[in-house]
Amino acid sequence: MNLYARRKLINTFNMTASVLTTLVGLAFLSWILIVLIAKGVGAINWTIFTEMTPPPGSAGGLANALIGSLMITLAAVVIGTPIGIMAGTYLAEYGKQSMFAETVRTINDILLSAPSIIIGVFVYTLMVAPMGHFSGWAGAVALAIIVIPVVLRTTENMLMLVPTQMREAAAALGAPQWMVIMSVVYKAAIAGMVTGVVLAIARITGETAPLLFTALNNQFWSTDMNGAMANLPVVIFQFAMSPYDDWRELAWAAALLITALVLGMNILARSLLRGHKQG
Amino acid sequence: MSTMAAPQGGNVSFNMASAVTKKSVGAEHVMTDKVNGVRHVANGKLILRDLNFYYGKFQGLHNINVSFPERQVTAMIGPSGCGKSTLLRTLNRIYDLYPGQRAEGEILMDGQNLLDKSMDVNQLRAKIGMVFQKPTPFPMSIYDNIAFGVKLYENLSKSDMNDRVEWALRKGAIWDEVKDKLGQAGTALSGGQQQRLCIARSIAVKPEVILFDEPTSALDPISTLKIEELIHELKTEFTVVIVTHNMQQAARVSDYTAFMYLGKMVEYDHTNVIFTKPDKKETEDYITGRFG
Repeated sequence: MNLYARRKLINTFNMTASVLTTLVGLAFLSWILIVLIAKGVGAINWTIFTEMTPPPGSAGGLANALIGSLMITLAAVVIGTPIGIMAGTYLAEYGKQSMFAETVRTINDILLSAPSIIIGVFVYTLMVAPMGHFSGWAGAVALAIIVIPVVLRTTENMLMLVPTQMREAAAALGAPQWMVIMSVVYKAAIAGMVTGVVLAIARITGETAPLLFTALNNQFWSTDMNGAMANLPVVIFQFAMSPYDDWRELAWAAALLITALVLGMNILARSLLRGHKQG
Repeated sequence: MSTMAAPQGGNVSFNMASAVTKKSVGAEHVMTDKVNGVRHVANGKLILRDLNFYYGKFQGLHNINVSFPERQVTAMIGPSGCGKSTLLRTLNRIYDLYPGQRAEGEILMDGQNLLDKSMDVNQLRAKIGMVFQKPTPFPMSIYDNIAFGVKLYENLSKSDMNDRVEWALRKGAIWDEVKDKLGQAGTALSGGQQQRLCIARSIAVKPEVILFDEPTSALDPISTLKIEELIHELKTEFTVVIVTHNMQQAARVSDYTAFMYLGKMVEYDHTNVIFTKPDKKETEDYITGRFG
């Protein structure tokens, strides 16, 4: 066999193998989506958005869990985003390769992959135990701890993509460093930074373990962040494992809602980045 | 050219009579005796004395003594890595952005040492503008690109700012091309237009000196020609220092030329002297393309 024929054979083999493995990965994803849609769509109706989570055996909806998830997520983003952006700015613009900055970077990488249940237990010890009760705020803090490393990392990466010459050009006009960052570098990186926040929201939307230890659940309508609050992931956790058909039905609906949200958020993030590249 | 238009809202005088020929200007600037084997003009806008520059432990510039004459174009030429860009970057202290880089010696402008610790670098950069190799429009509108620098130093009314933006864009020879789209992104312009926008942005803060770091190396020949014409006009008001690796460009745009090699100033003289009868063999070898 000559060299060319051999190369062609190896190429065909490699391509077939990679296409097959891609299909295996995609198959599982489609499987999850198809089952989720098949079981979930039937469960979704208007009462999902108007009724509270019911006791076993009676009809109900997810309204309290939806508002709880919304409030906890919003609070987590409001707490976590500024910290993540400022820390990311420090690493990219001030700390750079200094010893302290490298240490922060390493710790952030660890935090990025920290098991979320550990974060849940941590906030339980930090807030829930001393306060004596579960609370929406504790849930928000736990999720914020997940938001920070994601936003920090994307912020730093996006700022590093801004050409050095852009900073020099602004500095050469006599702009002080804070102004170079605020009015030039941020403007150049804004699409990527917003993408980071959107991805962080997508990440925390489905987190269950941190909320299990902090916000727990609430069967009733509550917008009091100081008390236990209903939220979609914990509702799924409780209802999906229950022996009651109507609870499991609601769990499917909640699962479909969360998946649709995360999918929408990812599409939004991608379109933001694409618009940025073209612009 | 658009610079023929009267300046609006600006108090930098524009005087066609100052656009004198090379010969009569050459007579105004007396050359000194040799310092470290190099002579330079006696009274420049910027006077460098025993300037040494370090990137950490590596010494990038060695005992530079030179001066850049007022309202003239001085070109710096030399092979890659010879220190010409380094020298340019000491003049507005842009190297300050990087810890580990430092300059020693004196850079005098109007009798003040720019390297003094007490010198406010932002005030200094208001007087000494810089245009970079690649066009660097900020991610904002054409109007805001120009207004950005002005806002750092002046609190202008809306109409005064409009006048200043127009004045700067006219000076940058780009007004006619952008006057109908001031609200559009500066990044949407062509490369050559972006570079003229950046020049206009430097002009807008009314500096006394403008530094050009290989301003046309990323541009096509037509755009390059426009920038060169522009530089030629700018010297009626500004002191210009340009780094270029294109010797024809140095010959075309400059009144004085400095040849650098290995971090040292080898020769400095009127451009026609450097290109017709250089004093040193290294200079001759370089401009005739025998090494580099």
